[in-house]
Amino acid sequence: MSFINDLQTVLRQNIRQYGMYIALFIIMAIFTITTNGIFISSRNISNLLNQTGYIAVLAVGMTLVIVIRHIDLSVGFLAGFLGAVAAIALVFWGLPVYAVIPLVLALGILAGLITGFLVAKMNIPSFVATLAGWLIYRGAILLVTMGTGTIIIPNAAFNAIGNGYIPDIPGMDILPGTHKLTLILGLVAIVLFVIGEINGRRKKQDYHFEVLPTNMFIIKLVFVAALFAGITWVLAGYNGLSWTVVIVLLVVGVYHFVTSQTVLGRHIYAIGGNPEAAELSGISVKKLVFVVFGSMGMLSALSGILFASRLQSATTTAGTLFELDAIAAAYVGGVSAAGGVGNVIGSLIGALVMMSLTSGMNLMGIDISLQYIVRGAVLAAAVIFDVATRNRAK
Amino acid sequence: MSTPILEMKNITKEFPGVKALDNVSFQVAEHEIHCLVGENGAGKSTLMKVLSGVYPSGDYSGEILFAGQTQNFKSIADSEKAGIAIIYQELALVPEMSVYENIFLGHEIKHGLKIDWNETIKRATEMLNKVRLDINPAVKVKDLGVGKQQLVEIAKALSRDVKLLILDEPTSALNEADSENLFGLLRALKDQGVTCILISHKLKEVISIADTVTVLRDGKTVCTLSNQKGEVSENVLIKHMVGREIDNIYPKREIKPSAEVVFEVRNWNAYDPKLGRNMLKDVQFNIRKGEIVGFAGLMGSGRTELALSIFGNPAGYRISGEMYVKGKKRSFNHPQEAIDAGVAYVTEDRKGNGLILIQDVKQNITLANLAEISERGVVNSNAEVKIANEYTANLNIKTPSVEQMVLNLSGGNQQKVSVAKWLFVKPDILILDEPTRGIDVGAKYEIYTIMTRLVQQGLSIIMISSELPEILGMSDRVYIVSSGKITGELPIEEATQENIMNLATN
Repeated sequence: MSFINDLQTVLRQNIRQYGMYIALFIIMAIFTITTNGIFISSRNISNLLNQTGYIAVLAVGMTLVIVIRHIDLSVGFLAGFLGAVAAIALVFWGLPVYAVIPLVLALGILAGLITGFLVAKMNIPSFVATLAGWLIYRGAILLVTMGTGTIIIPNAAFNAIGNGYIPDIPGMDILPGTHKLTLILGLVAIVLFVIGEINGRRKKQDYHFEVLPTNMFIIKLVFVAALFAGITWVLAGYNGLSWTVVIVLLVVGVYHFVTSQTVLGRHIYAIGGNPEAAELSGISVKKLVFVVFGSMGMLSALSGILFASRLQSATTTAGTLFELDAIAAAYVGGVSAAGGVGNVIGSLIGALVMMSLTSGMNLMGIDISLQYIVRGAVLAAAVIFDVATRNRAK
Repeated sequence: MSTPILEMKNITKEFPGVKALDNVSFQVAEHEIHCLVGENGAGKSTLMKVLSGVYPSGDYSGEILFAGQTQNFKSIADSEKAGIAIIYQELALVPEMSVYENIFLGHEIKHGLKIDWNETIKRATEMLNKVRLDINPAVKVKDLGVGKQQLVEIAKALSRDVKLLILDEPTSALNEADSENLFGLLRALKDQGVTCILISHKLKEVISIADTVTVLRDGKTVCTLSNQKGEVSENVLIKHMVGREIDNIYPKREIKPSAEVVFEVRNWNAYDPKLGRNMLKDVQFNIRKGEIVGFAGLMGSGRTELALSIFGNPAGYRISGEMYVKGKKRSFNHPQEAIDAGVAYVTEDRKGNGLILIQDVKQNITLANLAEISERGVVNSNAEVKIANEYTANLNIKTPSVEQMVLNLSGGNQQKVSVAKWLFVKPDILILDEPTRGIDVGAKYEIYTIMTRLVQQGLSIIMISSELPEILGMSDRVYIVSSGKITGELPIEEATQENIMNLATN
């Protein structure tokens, strides 16, 4: 009985933290049943992750923007525009991939810094400044594709970013039909996770902090390890890890580190929590507005690259509604509109929740009209849950 | 005395941990100007909030009789309907709307669904005549000066057939001519049958305008005096306002401050371009090593503005003058530069601009000096916990752990977190703005003990406070600030509540 009680307490105390994971799990389970297992098939999950990629990187950047109490509506068409620039640079200018990618990322940073300038220096509300950007970049896409229409990208290396998979280790015969390198990486990730958790718990104990009871701790380890193992197994059953997933994991990893472990991250959350107090603590709010919007611009460029690469072409409508998908993902992932609360892993999960809904309902053959309604309802429900649990925490 | 228009009987209002009003009784006669005076925190504003329905009936105990009837106001709308209007220090007008729209905002003159603008303008002009304001009613409120805005606010009250007009510190933002004009108007309204309650800190004003004065202290009515019978004088009022016994809660100090001046400001002027007025005029002062210098004055006298102008000027004032830190001439363009030079500022409003309530104790303590616990930009979270534990133990901050959200701490402990945060930047000069506002006596004593320990270690403290006993108990020297100027400097031996109040109400 005490075991059940412990479990209940832990869940109740951390319901906010675990809520999204549980929601994702439930959504996936439902679709798996309703589609007779097609949803959870290796091929579908692999596709789903690749489709989530370009929204996930935007959601990561958007998390920081919303944390410092701003918004960026321009990211969708900026991504589309920069994707077109990448296509033009590859196809018409004949630049090599390794030059195009840094160039486009740099252009993204520049675009973000311009937004930052309008917001921080000219004191224009970010909603308005980025709405202007939304219009401008939309026009810019049409402008650069005017003569050509859709630009087909014949570059294999570039297209691999959105469609390719990491190579396998040749000559291994165990477990036929699986991707060995993916399995090995998955195993390494599980081991690193377990070691990290055990070390962290030991350090906390050294400081005599409260830690999870041992049985709960083991359950948590087993649960997360099983989750990792499951995802790895599913992916290994198809083509293995895609380059998109690798890029997204890298971006999320770096941003998670910066936001949770560095002075820069602390300052960003301080500004979100109380800008006046942050300023009086010696933090330059204006400078960090530049940093956050600059990072958003860079991630928009990355999103544009991922999308153009996935379609193997730059289209005139690329990036449409990406910004709203990214914002929705961030809110579903627990970012607070009031600022100062939210983390990038949550936003990644949020993006997965939204994309799972699309994918699952597509498989079920549900009409697009209903799909929008369901996704809207899930967004509202996620935020209601968030607000309700936050009020209770007080 | 004629019949009372208002009687408040045995009003008691409690907040968690504090009795803001303790069995207060308050009576206002018809057609009089009744002044309500008392120190900050004496309960004046709370009493008026009870009266106007901000705290709804049931939130307090006691009885309110207005115009002969028992009243149970559930909201401001109820009290307005009964004929009570309250005008706060911060005016409640919509700046972007015209004067006539503001006057009838909330009770528009309508035919069916449509607002009758012609009638509105006509009636608004009548109201403006009543308050002797000769302006075009189509002018936007934001284009008027503060004095005129106040008159518009009174016109708005009159348009609702107000019987009782309450003014909370109406002259704190007005110059002398505007104040005179306002008082002239109040006297005229009195003759037209409007009763008026005036809350004021400026005792000279009170004596010139009041028919009757009620003094509150520590949430209790001390006395009600009649000005007509000559019972009111400045000395009498001050004595009643501050007459509490000074508890012996101020720790003794062994070491006297040294003669070395560590901080000095000369010819310091600050102009606020947003408000369009001078916040500070020709301020001069200095602080010695190991000294506690008290800055006394009323709310709104410019003390906080002075602190901000020194501390990197985040409000963006235009500043002229010289500042010397440890003998070197300095100027700071951002709080970070002030922090680097060894100045720290514990803000007056810990919730508003001091702490990050949604973050935990350790994050708040280390925020202003993360450089110390990080290497190449990466925060060492173990070092952070260690530092936070040290400071919570040192300042006796009561929290289950340093990972507790600051939101969940009591006011006194929040204040100590605020102090800990600024001690961790290891300053030479610590500015404490209202260091004990809203905290209980025990926590106060602890803050005083910490201050004493710090100055004995050679730190210098600027203590801004509205509480005179605290100023007298803790300071080595007192500067008195009034209307953005330093109106006096007193060594502690010569400082008394009376002469400080005199200089502060000048």
